[in-house]
Amino acid sequence: MNPEEYLIETGKPFEWQYPLDYNEVIETECDVLVLGGGVSGCFAAIAAARKGLQVTLVEKGCVKHSGAAGSGVDHWMDCPSNPASRITPEDYIKPLDVHKGGYANYIGSYITARDSWETLRELEEMGMKIRDEDDVFKGADFRDEKSKLLFAYDYTTRHCIRIWGTQMKPALFKECKRLGVNMVERTMATDLLNENGEQGARVVGATGMNVRTGAFHVFKAKATVLAMATPERVWIFSTEHTGLVGRDGPPTNAGNGFAMAWKAGAEFVRMEASSHEEWGGSTGIGTVMFGSGSNFATWFPCSIVDAEGKEVPWIGKNGEIIDNFSRRANPGPDDDFYCLVLGGKEDVSVALPQLVPDLRERIKKGEFKLPLYADLPGISEHERRAIFGLMVGQEGHTWPVYRNLTRAGFDPDKDMLQVYELGDAPLGWRRLRYGGVITGWDLQTSVEGLFAAGQQLFDGMGVAHACSTGRWAGRHAAEFAKNADEPAISTDQVSRERQRIYSPLKTEQGINWKELAAGIAKVMQDYCGDTKTDELMKIGTLAIDEIKHSEATQLHARNPHELMRALEILDVLTVCEMILAACRARKASNSWIFFEHLDYPENDPDDWRKWITIKLEKNEEVVGEAPLDFYGSLTENYEKYKID
Amino acid sequence: MKESKVYALPNRITPNQPVLIDVEVCIGCNLCVEACPNDVMMPNPEKKEVPIILYPEECWYCACCVMECPVKDKNAIEVNWPMMQRVRWKRKETGQHYRIGMPNPPAPNTKPPV
Repeated sequence: MNPEEYLIETGKPFEWQYPLDYNEVIETECDVLVLGGGVSGCFAAIAAARKGLQVTLVEKGCVKHSGAAGSGVDHWMDCPSNPASRITPEDYIKPLDVHKGGYANYIGSYITARDSWETLRELEEMGMKIRDEDDVFKGADFRDEKSKLLFAYDYTTRHCIRIWGTQMKPALFKECKRLGVNMVERTMATDLLNENGEQGARVVGATGMNVRTGAFHVFKAKATVLAMATPERVWIFSTEHTGLVGRDGPPTNAGNGFAMAWKAGAEFVRMEASSHEEWGGSTGIGTVMFGSGSNFATWFPCSIVDAEGKEVPWIGKNGEIIDNFSRRANPGPDDDFYCLVLGGKEDVSVALPQLVPDLRERIKKGEFKLPLYADLPGISEHERRAIFGLMVGQEGHTWPVYRNLTRAGFDPDKDMLQVYELGDAPLGWRRLRYGGVITGWDLQTSVEGLFAAGQQLFDGMGVAHACSTGRWAGRHAAEFAKNADEPAISTDQVSRERQRIYSPLKTEQGINWKELAAGIAKVMQDYCGDTKTDELMKIGTLAIDEIKHSEATQLHARNPHELMRALEILDVLTVCEMILAACRARKASNSWIFFEHLDYPENDPDDWRKWITIKLEKNEEVVGEAPLDFYGSLTENYEKYKID
Repeated sequence: MKESKVYALPNRITPNQPVLIDVEVCIGCNLCVEACPNDVMMPNPEKKEVPIILYPEECWYCACCVMECPVKDKNAIEVNWPMMQRVRWKRKETGQHYRIGMPNPPAPNTKPPV
C-alpha cells in the first residue's frame, strides 16, 4: 500500500508515523565515536569496545543491514594471510606498482593483506560461516581440503575466499550488542566538532540528526573514527534506477564523511581520480547487478556461449588463447597470480583472463551469433553450485537474484542465463574513484583525534579492506582515547550547525532535493566529466559556487527523511567542490587515476608523479603535495604500529 | 468494465513497485520496516496492518526486508524487479525461452542456495 492508496481507502492523508521533535537535543559522551555502521564502522566499534572503552556507533540506517555489504558479500578479497595461501602479503601487494602505477594506498593495502585472515577469523567466531563444513564442494579445484576454505579467481595462489556473507552484518550487529556498543541508529552524522570550533584543531565529537524524529544529537568523544562511504551521486542521479543511481552503492552513500572531514580541515588525496564506469549491460544499470549472465566477478569463470551454443574463447594477459576451463582460474607457470583488479588498470599482469577482446569483430564476420548466454549447465557441478548457489546466493544484491530466478523456474542445471550486450555496458557514467583522506600508519588523519577506515581512506575498497582497516583504526582510536585530554566542544559550532541543518524546513516554496541532485550532476558532467580543461573547470567551479549560494539555500524539506536527503545533497555539493579543487590542481593527465586533462595531455610526466593534497585552512582551499611513497617501509611500519 | 471512482492524482514518483506485500499474509510486525537501511517503508497507523511503501524510488533491491520477514515462506513480501530488470534465459536442451514475469511460467525450482 502506498500513501495514495491509503488516502483513498481511509479518507485520511497518511501522516508521519514517528514522533517529531526538531527541538530535542540529545547529548552523548563516549571514549570512541564511530561514524558509519557499515562493516568498517562495526569493526572499529568492536575493536575499541574490546579494549574496554565506551563506544558509540552512529548509523544512518540500521546496523544489522546497512552499508554496501548490508545484505551480503560473496567473497573476501586480499587475504594472502590465510593458511592455505601460496603467496606472501608482500608479493600480493607488489602489483600495486604495476596496476596503479604507485598511485595506491600502500598503508591500507598492506594492513589488509597482513590482517585480513585474522579479521575473517573474528567474523567466524562471531558466527559467520567461512568454510565448507558440510563438504558440499569436497574435491573441488577451488577447495582446500584441510581448512575447507573455498577460493575464487585464483585457485592456485588462493588469496580470495568465498564466504557466506549474508551472515556478516547480522553477526557484527550481534557482537556490537554483546559488547555494549551504544548504537545510535537512524541517525545521520552531520558535522565534526573541532576543539574550540577551529578548523584543523583536534576533533572532539560530532553532531547528528535522527532521520525519523528530526532530533538533534551532540556527541562528545575523545577519539572519532570516520567509517562512511564514497558518494554515489556526484555525476549521475536517477529515480528510476536501483538506489537512486543504478550502481552497486546504496543510496545512503552520499559522501557525508568526506564533506564533514573536509570542513573539519582534514587533508585529502586522489580526489581528482574518477573514472568512466561502465556498469550497464550484464552487470548494472537496467538489469540487477550480477543478476544476468556474466563471466565477471561473482560469475567468474563461467563459460559463455553464443546463440547457437558455441563457446566464446578466453584470453590470458599476453593475448594467448585459453582453451581449457581450469586455466581460467589457475595461472600458468610464467604468470603472476590472478586477482580481480578493481580501481586500477585491467590490462596488467595480475588481471583475470577475459573473453576475447575482438568479439564484436568476430560477430560481424559471422563467427558468433548474439545473444550470448552464461552456460551454467555446461560447467562442472561444483563450479555451477559455487557461482549460482554460493556466490549468487550470498552477494548483497544477488540474494534476491537466487530467490527470484529460482522461484520463476530458472534451473542452473538446465538453463542458460542471458548475457546482455557483450557482457560489457552500453551505458556508463563517471564515478569518484577512491579518493579520500590521507593518514599515517595509525590511520589517523591530518586532524588530531580523527581516524578513518574503509572507503573513507583514499584508494580504499572491498569488504576485507573495510573490515581490516576498521579494526586497525578502532584499536588506534582506543589507544588515543586512553591517553587523550577531556574533549571540549564549542557551543558556538554546535549552534551554527543546528541552524544550518534545519534551515530547509524553514524555506517556503523552495526547491526539492531531487532537482538539486540532478542539477549538480549535470554541472559535473558538463564541466568536470570526461572532457576536462582549465576553462571548463573554472566555469564548473563558478557554477557549483553559484548553486551553493543560490538554489542550495532554497532547499525545502517537509519531514526528517526529506531533510536527510537534502543534507546529503548539500554534502554532495561540498564533495563537488573538493573534486574540482583537486582536478584544478593537477596540471597533468594521468591514466593511472583516470584523469585526462586536455590542456595537459602528456601522461604522467615525471614532475607530476606525486600526490596532490587538498584541505581547508580558515575556509580557504590549500593545495599541497606529498611523495607517492610517503608510507615508508611497509614491514617496519606495520610492526611498529600493530596493536594486538 | 467495472465502475469505479476515478481520482485526479499526480504521476507516481517512480513507476516501479520494488516491494510487494500480500495483505492477506502480512502480520503487520514491521520487521521489514526496521530491516530497511533506507526507510523505504513506514508502519501503518493501524496496528498489525501492512506497512506503507513511502519511498519506492529509494529502494536498491537489497531484499533485507524479505530476509527478516517471519512469514516470507508464505510469500508475505517480495522484492519485485521492475520490468527493465526482468532477465531472460534459455533452456539448453530445448532452446525454449523464458523470463521473469512471463505468462504461464515454468514450475519453481525449489533447490535452496548453498
